[in-house]
Amino acid sequence: MKVITANRLLNGDVVWLAGNGNWVERITLAKAFEGKEAVAEALALGMVSKDRQEVVDVYEMDVTVEDGVIVPVRLREKIRATGPTTHPDLGKQAQAVSA
Amino acid sequence: MYRYDEFDASFVSQRTDQFKDQVRRRLAGELSEDEFKPLRLMNGLYLQLHAYMLRVAIPYGTLNGRQMRKLAHIARTYDKGYGHFTTRQNIQFNWPRLEDTPKILEELAEVEMHAIQTSGNCIRNVTADHFAGAAADEIADPRPYAEILRQWSSLHPEFSFLPRKFKIAITGAPHDRAAVQVHDIGLQLTRNDAGETGFVVYVGGGLGRTPMIGRKVREFLPEEDLLAYSEAILRVYNRYGRRDNKFKARIKILMHETGLEELKADIEQEFEKIRFGVLLLPDEEVRRIEAYFAPPPLEVGSATSAAVEARRASDAAFAQFAAHNLNPHRVPGYTSVTLSMKPVGGIPGDATDAQMDAMADLAEQYGHDEIRISHEQNVILPHVKLDDLPALYDGLVAAGIAEGNAGLITDIIACPGMDFCALATARSIPVAQRISERFGAAERQAEIGELKIKISGCINACGHHHVGHIGILGLEKKGEEFYQVTLGGSANENTSIGEIVGRGFSSEEVVDAVEKLVDTYLGLRSGKEETFLAAYRRLGEEPFKEALYGAA
Repeated sequence: MKVITANRLLNGDVVWLAGNGNWVERITLAKAFEGKEAVAEALALGMVSKDRQEVVDVYEMDVTVEDGVIVPVRLREKIRATGPTTHPDLGKQAQAVSA
Repeated sequence: MYRYDEFDASFVSQRTDQFKDQVRRRLAGELSEDEFKPLRLMNGLYLQLHAYMLRVAIPYGTLNGRQMRKLAHIARTYDKGYGHFTTRQNIQFNWPRLEDTPKILEELAEVEMHAIQTSGNCIRNVTADHFAGAAADEIADPRPYAEILRQWSSLHPEFSFLPRKFKIAITGAPHDRAAVQVHDIGLQLTRNDAGETGFVVYVGGGLGRTPMIGRKVREFLPEEDLLAYSEAILRVYNRYGRRDNKFKARIKILMHETGLEELKADIEQEFEKIRFGVLLLPDEEVRRIEAYFAPPPLEVGSATSAAVEARRASDAAFAQFAAHNLNPHRVPGYTSVTLSMKPVGGIPGDATDAQMDAMADLAEQYGHDEIRISHEQNVILPHVKLDDLPALYDGLVAAGIAEGNAGLITDIIACPGMDFCALATARSIPVAQRISERFGAAERQAEIGELKIKISGCINACGHHHVGHIGILGLEKKGEEFYQVTLGGSANENTSIGEIVGRGFSSEEVVDAVEKLVDTYLGLRSGKEETFLAAYRRLGEEPFKEALYGAA
């Protein structure tokens, strides 16, 4: 399974593609795509957004779904989804606590 | 210290305006990311894992209180309240918004700072000995030459599109604290028999995926030829350096593939063509630049201070600080003080905005308003009166930067690693933190003595692991972090590249592995005065290998 990810142009924030085609700032709100065609289609949608100068560095990444929650496979993507492990007060993990 | 002349001020201001317009066009959609990326990189702006990152140049690691206070202000206003000092004597901000960066650059320009040439395939910030102008063992202050090189290399039209980045380091003392032999060009100030100042020149050093020690191309380069010779080296590199493979594009590969004699001949040939031309450095120009770096007025005093001795006798933490964080000053009665950015269990190189403000205040109050950043990610106050040391120390304690561990096992260099960096293959900082916690007890650190641990989170080696007495390289293996250990590296006048001892370790195992190495050293050293590196060089890798992996 894969999700599409990118960074927002304006502030560099990590985002993922949701089912409605919008970028969301929580991986839990993203849509996981299965199958080559679905992934390619979603990636193409992300690229359109890139061309509209909304995001940069669009790519697909592997995830699993555990208890209905999307979890990145690679550590790099886990860190992107939460924030620096050295600064629990920064990044998405901090926003999650304060939200 | 150096003050911008009209030319400097105007080019920095023009560049800031130019970048402001480029950001505007990018946000308006007039520039694509492909068009914008090289432009932002030329201004030190990267995109990392979580956000943009702005790398600000601190030329040869020298700044004053006003500039440090501005960095604190930027951290507080545009970032998340901290900055990260790097192994190239720069500072990085990890969370700026793209739309704020022109404003940040404007603020930097107000205090004669910028982010130009902190990225890209150009000549980067020239680094220098962090005790420059103060060290007792110094032949001459290397910073005037670093400044001359900065002026020559800034926006140099011929060298703005080199095959790859290019780093120059310079030291003014025989004891090399600037790691010159692992730079593209390494310069060591020296004097010839006639007493004239010149440079030993090394070319082709570097770390990264192919570590190499620089080769000596000149035993004595006269001062007046510094720029012409540097230009000759760069021309030869620009012409022959490989552009077909990014990983083989540094001058070290050119040196390796061409050979010392042939490359030296190419450089000398080019040098002869331009030697007495516009790049000839007139003596009066060197002296003019040197005047900017004139030392502050220092009163010669006693080599020992009653105030320091009294405090030392009554305060163990102060005694530890005084034992490790002071470097001999050329003027009796003074010392150079290392402010450790390595609190036990903390993040190497990080400083909060409040700490930066405190360092600015303390530098103004006790340090003649001079501050240096070391490539070991610490901050130095180069000119502190010994009698002022207790008061300075109290200020450092209040700011939380009084760790007495300079040069010890917890004074670890670590790159940002996978917690921030888009290139990293593993985390570095958490490994540094765990090692620091394991060995954090003051007596234990002091007992172990000088030991340089350097950690990189990928083969690009920003954490200088190849030249760590113990080097740790973080890789990814089957989706897990995995750490390769090297031993015996060093980046001083006896530079050596560390050797891989055997199979790597998981994240859980790596701190235990370091402890085994340290225990082996403690058991085998000839005495307390034999450092880890000296013991390793004497004993070879066998006993260490055996400790890690058992008998073969």
